[in-house]
Amino acid sequence: MATESLTPTQYIVHHLTNFTVGDGIKAVNVDTLFFSFILGVAFLTVLILAARRATAGVPGPLQNFAEIMVEFVDKQVKDIFHGRNPVIAPLALTIFCWVFLWNAMDVVPVDLFPQAWQQIYGATGHDPHHAYLRVVPSTDLNATFGLSLSVFLLIIFYSFKVKGLRGFAKEIFTHPFGPYLMPANLILNIVELIAKPVSLALRLFGNMYAGEMIFILIALLYGAGWLLGPFAGVLQLGWAIFHLLVITLQAFIFMVLTIVYLSMAHEDSH
Amino acid sequence: MNIGITLIGQMLSFALFVWLTMKYVWPPLMSAMEERRKRVAEGLAAAERGKLELDIAQKKATDELRKARESGAEFRGIAEKQAAQIVDEARQEATRIIAQARTAAEKEAAVAVQRAKEELRERVVQLSVAGAERILRREIDAKKHIELLSDLKQELR
Repeated sequence: MATESLTPTQYIVHHLTNFTVGDGIKAVNVDTLFFSFILGVAFLTVLILAARRATAGVPGPLQNFAEIMVEFVDKQVKDIFHGRNPVIAPLALTIFCWVFLWNAMDVVPVDLFPQAWQQIYGATGHDPHHAYLRVVPSTDLNATFGLSLSVFLLIIFYSFKVKGLRGFAKEIFTHPFGPYLMPANLILNIVELIAKPVSLALRLFGNMYAGEMIFILIALLYGAGWLLGPFAGVLQLGWAIFHLLVITLQAFIFMVLTIVYLSMAHEDSH
Repeated sequence: MNIGITLIGQMLSFALFVWLTMKYVWPPLMSAMEERRKRVAEGLAAAERGKLELDIAQKKATDELRKARESGAEFRGIAEKQAAQIVDEARQEATRIIAQARTAAEKEAAVAVQRAKEELRERVVQLSVAGAERILRREIDAKKHIELLSDLKQELR
């Protein structure tokens, strides 16, 4: 709910500003780092716990859950990628779980963490109006690009590793138009290569940013009087249910496209 | 938007998480699943084998039973035949013994009859001689008529 002193615009801007330490190039979005790290630790704790206790006998509920995740990811990887690579499947599992949890922060009520943070920030003697907090890491381009650039580096790495310098150069210079149109090939391939991480990062960011924005707008509606207030509750419920779909779908898309890009890096010509 | 250190921090934590997943999550779960798959397959195969073995054993048991029944019937046939034979032999023996006994008895009887006849004849001769003596006391001289008497004895025989 909007604080009395804030206009709607200020409220929205406040919610979409990161808690930043440092200035300029040295600025660090502490909230993004903090929440994404906590979420990563959370899913890893569960999975490692399940893996530690994994037996070939009758599995418990935790192991069942972990096995469902592992098998689901393994199936996707085996459907898309036919080579041998011990990294891709665990990478895909990490991406799916992590991105899903990032996105899942979106359905936490928009004011819950920021309000709490305002109280703490104010109590420690700072100005509560500057207590910015963005709880959904995937609404920060740093987080989405952090993932997609890592994937990009792996694409480059495996392209060199599998095809060798000559093979990769040949592919870049001679595909898809043949050796006589080398400059065109080069430009096309570079654009294609760069489009991969950019599209990965921006797709996830765009979807989550828009979703978060709509939650904030619905939250504003609560303060719009007796007529529209209750309506906001219905809207929020509807949007949250719909958003559960978006959350899962975006995590899934990010994972599948990562597998696809990496499997393309393993193939000799595409 | 301040892209920079945050991005690098995200990439580092991502690398750390991938490494942890690769090392501590993926292999144990996959190996557990693979192991279970193997166990289930083995179990199914063993069940199949057991079923097959049961089938064979059942067939064998039926066979064995049938054989036993057949041999039992055979034995009974032999035994019956043997019993009949024994009974037959016994009957024949009995008949033989009876016949033997009868002949012996008949023979004995004949001897007895013969002896009785002898005795009787002797007696008759004595009686006749005595009678004749009494009648012819004076007229018959035993010594004189011994020849006559023995002739008579001969005739009575």
